[in-house]
Amino acid sequence: MTLFTRRDALKTGVGFAAAAGLGSKVLLDAAHAFAQEAPWKPEKGASLRILRWQRFVVAEGENFAALTDAFAKATGVKIRVDSLGFEDLRPKAAVAANAGAGPDIIWNIHADNHLYPDALVDVSDVADWIGKRSGGWFPIAELYGKRRGKWNSIPATISGNLMNYRISHMKKAGFENFPDNLPDFLKLMQALKKNGNPGGFALGNASGDGNSWVLWLLWAHGARIVDEKDKVVINSPETIAALEYGKQLAETFAPGAASWLDPSNNKAFLDGQCSLTNNGISIYAAAIAQGNKELAADTDHAFYPMGASKKPTEFHVNFPLMIYKHSKFKNAAKAYLAYMMDKPQYDKFLQGAVGYLSHSLKAYDNHPVWTEDKKRLPFRDVAARSLPLSHAGSLGYAASQVFSDFVAVNMVAEVATGAKSPKQAAEDAQKRAERYYKV
Amino acid sequence: MAVIAAGAAGQPGLGFWSRLNQSRGMLGLLFLLPAATMLLGFLAYPLGLGIWLGLTDAKIGRPGNFVGIDNFIWLAEDSVFWLSVFNTMLYTVVASIVKFALGLWLALVLNNHFPFKAFIRAIVLMPFIVPTALSAIAFWWIYDSQNSMISWALRDLGIISEHIDFLGDPWNARWSVIAANIWRGIPFVAITLLAGLQTISPSLYEAATIDGATALQRFRFVTFPMLTPIIAVVMTFSVLFTFTDFQLIWVMTRGGPINATHLMATLSFQRAIVGGSLGEGAALAVSMIPFLLSAILFSYFGLQRRRWQQGGSDD
Repeated sequence: MTLFTRRDALKTGVGFAAAAGLGSKVLLDAAHAFAQEAPWKPEKGASLRILRWQRFVVAEGENFAALTDAFAKATGVKIRVDSLGFEDLRPKAAVAANAGAGPDIIWNIHADNHLYPDALVDVSDVADWIGKRSGGWFPIAELYGKRRGKWNSIPATISGNLMNYRISHMKKAGFENFPDNLPDFLKLMQALKKNGNPGGFALGNASGDGNSWVLWLLWAHGARIVDEKDKVVINSPETIAALEYGKQLAETFAPGAASWLDPSNNKAFLDGQCSLTNNGISIYAAAIAQGNKELAADTDHAFYPMGASKKPTEFHVNFPLMIYKHSKFKNAAKAYLAYMMDKPQYDKFLQGAVGYLSHSLKAYDNHPVWTEDKKRLPFRDVAARSLPLSHAGSLGYAASQVFSDFVAVNMVAEVATGAKSPKQAAEDAQKRAERYYKV
Repeated sequence: MAVIAAGAAGQPGLGFWSRLNQSRGMLGLLFLLPAATMLLGFLAYPLGLGIWLGLTDAKIGRPGNFVGIDNFIWLAEDSVFWLSVFNTMLYTVVASIVKFALGLWLALVLNNHFPFKAFIRAIVLMPFIVPTALSAIAFWWIYDSQNSMISWALRDLGIISEHIDFLGDPWNARWSVIAANIWRGIPFVAITLLAGLQTISPSLYEAATIDGATALQRFRFVTFPMLTPIIAVVMTFSVLFTFTDFQLIWVMTRGGPINATHLMATLSFQRAIVGGSLGEGAALAVSMIPFLLSAILFSYFGLQRRRWQQGGSDD
């Protein structure tokens, strides 16, 4: 938010209050313009209850509130927005589906629209309208958003999880650029450890960072949890190779990585005790917010190294917007979704998220947020590089449960800590995954 | 009810409601009604629903179909489930024993006269009163693998050279969470036992001293037997709370590393709420019941050890 208003103040040459006022008038005008040309007219006396995940970046949350407010003023729809931590949001969204009552719109996480598709409204018309105006959806967005050929959610944004590293430490370890292949990456990690600047990746039950790097590890080696027919194939030579590579990597980790939950690597990196980890842009953003200019200048982001296939095999997080069938004001809800995804609003949304959230539509590749700070640039491409959490099988209950039960994360952790041999760990993971896919 | 019958037969002038008011049985029932409604509504019904859910394949997004004991058979073949049973038993047994020993010791100390007695007794209760999630976060920082104050202090003193991996090594993690639970639970045991100690008549101690009993003998023959009913009650509660502990584990380790600190309660939550399979999670939670029941029965019979406590004569 500070970035935006300072910039605004510099541009207009007026004070903070005036800048904010200018901002909200601009929003209101855009909202009016949208209300006039949108194909969905809100019902008379409509009111919407929206439930979203608790914002990670302050500016993003504030922008969301301001944009929603402008829509409410322009269309006369009464809107109430509630926030909930994402871990609590998912069960609540599921219960709302089960009970047939609750919020009209929920901004959820991952692929939960595949868990209760019958409770959600078909939003193919909104998705097509937006897609046409914004350069088309990325394939990953269609994968997450559609079920049986129809869109039952709008994949509003993809949150990137990439390599965060200390530039000076990487150079000291003998690398001018971040390695783009697996053997060099291992060499880098080993050199970092030797220099006393170890990297580290979460081996504990970290639902965000843990899953992201472990899935990359497996996929980069050609290993998968399931194949295209939803048959469990995690016990395979590719997995064994991935586990052995993982074991070598783990020997270079900062101490205690087996206990790391999602915030742990942020803490360690900001503290200077970890020089390479996987995370969203929040470490960099936190360094700036804390005024730690030195660390911020020394931090950069890179894509995950690629395996033998020379194709990206990364996992980034989807945040779908869903309308529930029990909503009494479906047109208002559709209008709201279309409004938020439309260019004037989505532009501001991306700007406020300062790289934490990326676009799921191709037109925003040219958005200034990616170039005004070149350290954000890798995050521009996360939607194009992402594979779904169910790779290579279909999205649904089984995939979500294997994901939530940390089957892959536990398998890698068991080998990394020496608790099991790669063969045993892969066999046990196969058994665990098969339980869920029997459903 | 006999009273109502008598009223109906002998006093034709008394109305129905007045007879109701005067019937002691009915009055007792009416007084029980609020508490009974609460218990039935908030305890019995959810328990029944939980058992029912454990027999279905309900998911959090859709109701399930009856599948009989499939979930239980499934769990019986799940190595993570048996690991959680082992963790829970270890956690409960070790933590309860240590809490009892230290709590009893603390109660004996607090039973004496010393300055600011009342203030210190209040302070001692703090770990138990502080919201569990907050103390769990504090312990999470204390056990942090990079920034633990314990590691820093010991390193400064030169006792160790590397940071201690509190929560990263499976066994370290188990002992660490047990230690956190003990810290939290001692005050409950201590204050309750202190209350029990206060009810022991000093004349018994005087009699024992006159008979030439040493401090240890006074404890063994006067204090401990008189405390037995209180111990039974407080340990039942302590075991129950420890067995079903959730917050400490969830905040500190989420059940990791590699499920080494997953208790049945945390695993049930991860499967049912985070993972979405309500049926399996409910079955996991229901499988805690036999253990809890046996703990209750054990202390119930412990309560009945001395006949004089029931009004009979000593044996």
